[in-house]
Amino acid sequence: MSEDGQNYSAAGEVAQVKLRRGRGERTWIALKKAPVSAWFGMIVIALYAFTAIFGPMLAPYGEAEIFAKADEPWAMLGGNPDHLFGTDQIGRDVFTRLIYGARNTIGIALITTLLSFLIGGALGLVAAINRSWLDQLLSRAVDVLMSIPSLIFALMLLSIFGSSIPSLILIIAVLDSTRVFRLTRSVAANVVVMDYVEAARLRGEGMAWVMRKEILPNIMPPLVAEFGLRFSFVFLTIASLSFLGLGIQPPTADWGSMVRDGSRFIQFVAYDWTLALPSLLPAGAVALLTVAVNFVVDWFLHKTSGLRDDH
Amino acid sequence: MHPVVSTVLQRLGLGLLTLFMVSIIIFSSIALLPGDFGQQVLGQTALPETVEAFRRELGLDKPAWLRYIDWIAAVLQGDLGTSFSGRASSGADESRSVWELIAPRLSNTLFLASFTALIAVPLSLFLGITAALKRNSIYDRSVNAMTLTTISFPEFFLAYVLIVALAGTFPTLSNVTNDMGLWERIYKIALPSLTMTLVIVAHMMRMTRAALINLLASPYIEMAQLKGASRGRVIIKHALPNAWAPIATVIAFNLAYLVVGVVVVEVVFVYPGIGQLMVDSVSSRDIPVAQGCALIFAATYILLNLLADVIGIVTNPRLLHPR
Repeated sequence: MSEDGQNYSAAGEVAQVKLRRGRGERTWIALKKAPVSAWFGMIVIALYAFTAIFGPMLAPYGEAEIFAKADEPWAMLGGNPDHLFGTDQIGRDVFTRLIYGARNTIGIALITTLLSFLIGGALGLVAAINRSWLDQLLSRAVDVLMSIPSLIFALMLLSIFGSSIPSLILIIAVLDSTRVFRLTRSVAANVVVMDYVEAARLRGEGMAWVMRKEILPNIMPPLVAEFGLRFSFVFLTIASLSFLGLGIQPPTADWGSMVRDGSRFIQFVAYDWTLALPSLLPAGAVALLTVAVNFVVDWFLHKTSGLRDDH
Repeated sequence: MHPVVSTVLQRLGLGLLTLFMVSIIIFSSIALLPGDFGQQVLGQTALPETVEAFRRELGLDKPAWLRYIDWIAAVLQGDLGTSFSGRASSGADESRSVWELIAPRLSNTLFLASFTALIAVPLSLFLGITAALKRNSIYDRSVNAMTLTTISFPEFFLAYVLIVALAGTFPTLSNVTNDMGLWERIYKIALPSLTMTLVIVAHMMRMTRAALINLLASPYIEMAQLKGASRGRVIIKHALPNAWAPIATVIAFNLAYLVVGVVVVEVVFVYPGIGQLMVDSVSSRDIPVAQGCALIFAATYILLNLLADVIGIVTNPRLLHPR
């Protein structure tokens, strides 16, 4: 609609032919309007994804390959030029470990988040449709689970099951699915009461069909934003657990345990600040990804909260 | 009964119920252990009689509900059981009680947490209120951008950045001991408490700002401005009385958050607190100690959240009439 009042005609506006743009075109328009922070976030995420997928091809050495000299400093700080970021405490190439760490840390966080959405989303939808004792039971159970801080709960469960990657994924996915359950249930509850859902039910559609075809498409935007937030939360939890020595176990490379391994000389940082680099580098890798995801989610939430004007 | 009282009592009851459920969950964790864990704790060479005696000591020959009653009764009297560590396969028992392990570390953690809160709460309230008043100014934007970044950083990253920046000024290892004076202790915990301050100031400041901005948009504030009241008067007389509830909730909520964040920060700075004890007990699979720590963390978290709820109810009359 034109802003200046002089050329405005109601007839003109009514007669305007509004073509619905294609999906790709709409996405492109939305992207063009994205702020710098969102672009920055998306580019960073793309770079991380690229590193994670093609890691073995990018890495100069093998994941657990050991070289002669341990604790070598960065190449630009006078170390061996073959090792860009030096070597770690048992002589593995830090640059290689960093690249493999992208694959392991991000991959495990992604699987965990997907699993938690599968559990939490499905149960949340069921609870929203079937508001009976089942809803009550699930909601109360989730209340109790959420009243324990999740890092503490995860620590306690890991003490029992031991820290292997499958138990790590399962424990965090279950604990995190409580948040997904809450959100899915509350947004789906608003959609379930709509007339078109009732129409579908009267047509005799089954519960799975109603869930997938009527409700899910209408609650997608908040769920997608939540996926980003939950991913960065899960990613941080796994990195923190690995940092505490209870997450991903060696020799698998991951950023959390690299921070931990790099921190052995931390009490001497006062005399030579470069001693902090082995911890700062992987910690920075974790921080950069979470910041990027937060920027993108921030923009996405802003865009989907009723401020869109493209069609 | 006055509606405030009944709502508060309802919340308290709900909180107690949650605590009860949480205690059941924490208790049943020991029942989930694999059957041969007596062997694991005591070592491969343990005699069958020793293992049997160990199982009896844990009460594994009794039904679960009876064990729970025994356990919770002991916990309520301050007895959290006996640590798994210090037991030898020969049957010699040099293990210590869990409470003995936890007590000195609990006071260390409480010291760190309360010192952090003492700095962080006034600072974040000041930043939040001033940012809300100077909305969209450069000051507001820079505070906002800074807090958004510190919020998304993991605690250990912030900790290492601070170490690099301030290692010359403050010690990077917070190895406090009991015979230290107050000032020496504060000097030792400067970096860990600064790390946690950065994290929770960001949360609290953003929530305070959001609550105040919401409030400043309401019609009665506009009314007060239109009738010519000064800016300070509008804030102090009209806005703040209604803002206390959300702000109090924000503070209690973040103190609860402090309880969790303390684990990672304690490990970074090797601070002898309960978080580090829990991590150590988890990696050595010393389950009674892990249970004791989890119980303390969970109870603190639940009680602080309960406190936030109660303050919210008592100070906000609108919450009394839920739809």
